Amino acid sequence: MNAQRASTKQDGRWLGLYVLAYLVFLYLPVLLIPLFSFNDSIQAAFPLQGFTLQWYATLYGNPALSGALANSLVIGAIAASGATLCGITVSYMDLYGRSPLAATISAIARLPILIPGVIVGISLLILVNLIGLGPSRVAIVLGHILVALPTTVVVMRSRFAAIPRTVREAALDLGASDWTTFRRVMLPLSAPAVLSAFMLAFLISFDEFIVVFFLAGTEPTLPLYIWSQLRFPRSLPTVMALGTVILAVSFIIAGTAEILRHRGLGAARRSPA
Amino acid sequence: MSTLVSAQASQGRSSSGFRLAMLLPGALVTFLLILFALALVIFLAFRANDGSLLGNGFSIANFTTVLSDPLYWTVTLRSLVIAGLVTLATVVTAYPVAYYLAFHAGRRRGLLLFLVTLPFWTSYLLRVFAWKIVLAYNGVLNSALIETGIWSEPTLAFLNTPAAVVVTLAHAYAPFAILPIYVALDTIPKSLLEAASDLGARPFTAFRRVVLPNSMPGVLAAALVVFVPTVGDYVTPAMVGGPASTMIGTLIQSQFGKANDWPFGAALSVCVMLVILLVVLVARGADRRFGSRT
Repeated sequence: MNAQRASTKQDGRWLGLYVLAYLVFLYLPVLLIPLFSFNDSIQAAFPLQGFTLQWYATLYGNPALSGALANSLVIGAIAASGATLCGITVSYMDLYGRSPLAATISAIARLPILIPGVIVGISLLILVNLIGLGPSRVAIVLGHILVALPTTVVVMRSRFAAIPRTVREAALDLGASDWTTFRRVMLPLSAPAVLSAFMLAFLISFDEFIVVFFLAGTEPTLPLYIWSQLRFPRSLPTVMALGTVILAVSFIIAGTAEILRHRGLGAARRSPA
Repeated sequence: MSTLVSAQASQGRSSSGFRLAMLLPGALVTFLLILFALALVIFLAFRANDGSLLGNGFSIANFTTVLSDPLYWTVTLRSLVIAGLVTLATVVTAYPVAYYLAFHAGRRRGLLLFLVTLPFWTSYLLRVFAWKIVLAYNGVLNSALIETGIWSEPTLAFLNTPAAVVVTLAHAYAPFAILPIYVALDTIPKSLLEAASDLGARPFTAFRRVVLPNSMPGVLAAALVVFVPTVGDYVTPAMVGGPASTMIGTLIQSQFGKANDWPFGAALSVCVMLVILLVVLVARGADRRFGSRT
């Protein structure tokens, strides 16, 4: 028994090394972007040529870039609001609505996971052309609500499910209407998850390329701007500087969303006890 | 009594209004943006291209072209092989990580889970772009190999190959595979492992006969969430794949772009969805066959 336990510990150590190597593989290629964004050369190649901030300077005073950034921020905020609203209502009705319709909607809402992005993109392209909208910022918002929907539904559903059923039943027994119970009890208890779902949906929209490629009109988002710059070798350092900023912002938002999701969950489990 | 009845009636009214308001956003998005939009694709697939939005007439010509032209068989087969290799590579490399998280991570589990899921939330385009600068002729890998004296000449052999597509996609979708496997491993009751060891199973036997079968649902779920987006991908082949790596997503994209034959692109999309449906059914069958939790 002791020998076996020792061998499990040995296994754990080897596995730990493997996990470390895996994390290096996961992060190393991505971290090359910040590394070479400070490199004083137009080529992303070794040896490094010395430190420079000139590529970051080229980000300023670039109207095409700031236009794309503004577009991405506005679209991200609106699409994240829509996706979060849908995530809240769909998962709440799935758990408490007791109707086959609500369960069906929740199941379909998670369907986009099983559809490649290119097909989501072309199906929406056909739809927005049919209803006369055409490729536009509104079309992008619709597309990003769809792409972010599975995430917001999963985040909100696990959150609502973590609130003990007795909390909602107590509110209803004390005479609160469905609406009051939802707005004054269940929603405040899940506030951190709502914020977390919003931030993740914003990130998805902000970084999304595969679907937006089909739905953008004359005003590109930031990933589309990056795509258009990749054809020119001269603008690669600028893309790397921009990419570094985007990566940093993504890490911060994703980290905050993760912390919010877990902190809130602990509070909900403790409070009714 | 009457106040009670009216109170109940008003509650009933507010309740149905509440239900309507709560069901409406989800119903709009799922029925209009998902189901109706997919129905449009299927409808368009059976139309002939006449330059108008919804095509003309009923025709199965799009499908006969797809089935009779060897080009589409080649590209579909290539997409399946590439997506299959990517799925295999991501699942096999992710499994030990998920295993470590479930059984050995201890206090570090939260931090490690966060670290392996973080890349999931970073830009897909940037992750692919990173590989482009790694694999390029005058890029990171070539220059590093020359700098360290392993290579004397830069090689073109990295970029614009199907292998580059496999490596890039496997890296881009690696975080997708860990979570489902981890969840499946984490829900295996510890008593099951103790029972195996008490009954004299050696660690490897216990793994092969107890842990692996019990984690199969997670493995299949992981395989599916990696396979689906990779089989339809068009960005990675365009960035690092070169002409020899054209995938089915590339063809669909060009039908809605340069080639401008929407009905044919819709027919290709329907074929891809049928292939995915087939894979889902096979995965489900495999789940029933190997993943029994009895």
